[in-house]
Amino acid sequence: MENLERIITDHPFVKGLPPEHIRLIVGCAANVVCKEGEFLFREGEPADKFYLIRQGRLMIESHIPHRGAISIQTLGEGDLVGWSWLLPPYRFHFDARICETTRLIGFDGKCLREKFDKDPVLGYEIMKKFASVMADCLDATRLQMLEVYGDH
Amino acid sequence: MATTKTKAAAEHTCTCDAMAVRPYRIQRVLTETYDTFSVELTPEDPHAGFHFLPGQFNMLYVYGVGEVPISISGDPAKPKTLVHTTRAVGTVTKRMQKLKTGDAVGVRGPYGTAWPVAEGVGKDVVVVCGGIGLAPLRPVIYHLLNNRAQYGKVVLLYGARTPMDILYWKMLEKWRSRFDIEVHITVDRGAGDWMGNVGVVTNLIPKAPFDPVNTVAMVCGPEIMMRFTALALAKRGVQDEQIYVSMERNMKCGIGLCGHCQMGPLFVCKDGPVFRLDLIKPLFTKREI
Amino acid sequence: MEKTYQPRVIERDNLQALFDALSKSGHQLLGPTVRNNAVVLDEIGTVEDLPIGVVDQQDGGNYRLTDAGAPTCFGHVVGPQSWKKYFHLPKVTLWTATRDGKSFAVEESAEHGQKRALIGVRACDLAALDIHDKVLTAGPYEDSIYRRMRQNVFVVAVNCTRAGGTCFCSSMGTGPKAASGYDLVLTELVGNGRHIFIAEPGSKAGAKLLEQLPTQSCSGDDLATATAAIDRVTGQMGRELNTDGLKDRMYKVVEHPHWEEIAARCLTCGNCTLVCPTCFCTTVEDWTSLGGATAERVRRWDSCFTVDFSYIHGGSIRPSAAARYRQWMMHKLASWQDQFGMSGCVGCGRCITWCPVGIDITAEAATFAGKTQIARVEA
Repeated sequence: MENLERIITDHPFVKGLPPEHIRLIVGCAANVVCKEGEFLFREGEPADKFYLIRQGRLMIESHIPHRGAISIQTLGEGDLVGWSWLLPPYRFHFDARICETTRLIGFDGKCLREKFDKDPVLGYEIMKKFASVMADCLDATRLQMLEVYGDH
Repeated sequence: MATTKTKAAAEHTCTCDAMAVRPYRIQRVLTETYDTFSVELTPEDPHAGFHFLPGQFNMLYVYGVGEVPISISGDPAKPKTLVHTTRAVGTVTKRMQKLKTGDAVGVRGPYGTAWPVAEGVGKDVVVVCGGIGLAPLRPVIYHLLNNRAQYGKVVLLYGARTPMDILYWKMLEKWRSRFDIEVHITVDRGAGDWMGNVGVVTNLIPKAPFDPVNTVAMVCGPEIMMRFTALALAKRGVQDEQIYVSMERNMKCGIGLCGHCQMGPLFVCKDGPVFRLDLIKPLFTKREI
Repeated sequence: MEKTYQPRVIERDNLQALFDALSKSGHQLLGPTVRNNAVVLDEIGTVEDLPIGVVDQQDGGNYRLTDAGAPTCFGHVVGPQSWKKYFHLPKVTLWTATRDGKSFAVEESAEHGQKRALIGVRACDLAALDIHDKVLTAGPYEDSIYRRMRQNVFVVAVNCTRAGGTCFCSSMGTGPKAASGYDLVLTELVGNGRHIFIAEPGSKAGAKLLEQLPTQSCSGDDLATATAAIDRVTGQMGRELNTDGLKDRMYKVVEHPHWEEIAARCLTCGNCTLVCPTCFCTTVEDWTSLGGATAERVRRWDSCFTVDFSYIHGGSIRPSAAARYRQWMMHKLASWQDQFGMSGCVGCGRCITWCPVGIDITAEAATFAGKTQIARVEA
């Protein structure tokens, strides 16, 4: 447990979080290892977790009939995966395909939500971090949508 | 006194070269991607070299067709060969692409400001480019690698639309295998057997290995890409004074006389194309300026 | 050391002697003359070619020649053309190339100015020539054709003793009195049974020429009359423009919605850029002979009011009329100062007179003056 706490503390996502908060969320965390070709989660599955990537790489994808898997974004070391656990109906919207052996820390969403309800300060701090990641992601998506490299 | 001044000024002006083109011979035309190509040129006089600073551009003329500004993409330490990479999109570049070895292309230049390679000495250098924006920055990479000991970390972040749009593929592979330069490539849209990163180039910035306080960033690509890159760099703590961008505007003369390239008070051809971000920031987000 | 020259009086009947002397010394005479109901600039031979007894009534989008009521030679102010057409040529071949196997040989334009005398250059236009000298020859690269065209020019300036309806040179600090840049300056005085020109040299060449002409000494009274006439004009300007902090004020309104209001009237015809004596933008066209044996590059005046002006692959930087009008006006009144350390507007008023819808740079500047901040309504 102490080891997991140290690993979590080192992850960029929780940077700046006070030790007592980290201790609280460690209680909801577990190590996860995935191999190339596996899916961390698939579209439509219950979203009861989010993950911090320690090592490795995965692809957020969507599958379109006749066109196959469409890559949307690569995520790797230091990134956060999954925010569908935050809001009902708690279902993943995309597939997360593992590109190479990936080590992650999985956080149980239900466990976290309960802690946030008891400790709204902790909840607010974590929400701010999620908001920042989500805003970056939205920016990147908008930029991607702009097709900036030309009018082919 | 006035006479002396005029005389001195006259010595610094290039009365003839400024307007007239000099014919250069095409050594070869290289296909880079499905819509981009490079021309390698040599002066008619085989002993003459073409000296330029990374970031500068030339006006290239195709006989009878017209003239376009194109950045120089070759190695500044190899002045015998003048290299330009461009997309075949207009009348002139489409015609240029069809030229053969031995054909002549008219050259005027080099014009414009350079990337601040001297300012980067002793610092980390982050080169961020999007699409064809790698072409004007390739001379910088050459320079950094030619003078590798002078610099801290050298990081190249490159974004393209699809894997098919990636420029200088072989060279990037070579650079990626080196230990003294970090190369990270991403595409907006993955395709085929592309196993690399997918996502916009700004996604690469948060994790790129450089020290934000001791870094010079050089950014080239579509204006919107440069604006987002500047924001992502700012988020890492890089100041506007450490960021340089290269602007593109319509150019007819390349020497500040025709008025076409104006961007507010700036003539992109002679005050730029490379600008320090803080100096053009008020104009950077103004519409239709 | 600045040499001061003594003014002399030239009688109207002796003005031709000035023309003759200039012609005799090999100068082509260029000056104002009436053509198609407008005062234009062209080659002239005699005093009679000048717009005798003519004044120009000018207002926004309005120009009429009327009877001066006196046989004045320079009673008009400025017409649609400016002197830039003689130096910054509307169309010029920069070079020609001849096919040479797979290569080609380039021969540069040898365009150069012959000896020319400009007759009746007004203070505003002198300032404009000075601006072009700076813009086109003082930078790191010069327009060598312009420099050559500007050589061998003898300038006979005229101090304005009447202001036009769209004039505002006194606001811009360029007139009505010619300050410099001339060889000889004339002040025309008609009245009390006399028609004379007070002539003051501005250069050694001007002084030398004046010595050859039949002149009389200039009395203190005549000089005072001339000075008073010029001073009076300062108060008669048809327009005015407040230049206090103009550059900074303009920069503050870059994104003001009023540009759209101007654009709603602007036809983007580019007339203002053609008549403006300081507009210098050009484009180039490349040609080949039918067989391809020779090619040439032709440079011609361009206008920032065209959509193509700012075209880069994919589209124009300034597709909207608002952006194009803004580019022009901001350049004249603000960015020119950053680029060249001087105003890009000399207050000649041509852009007002020749705008088909009468858009008035002075009125628009005044409108913006009251709107230095962008009004943002908090919801």
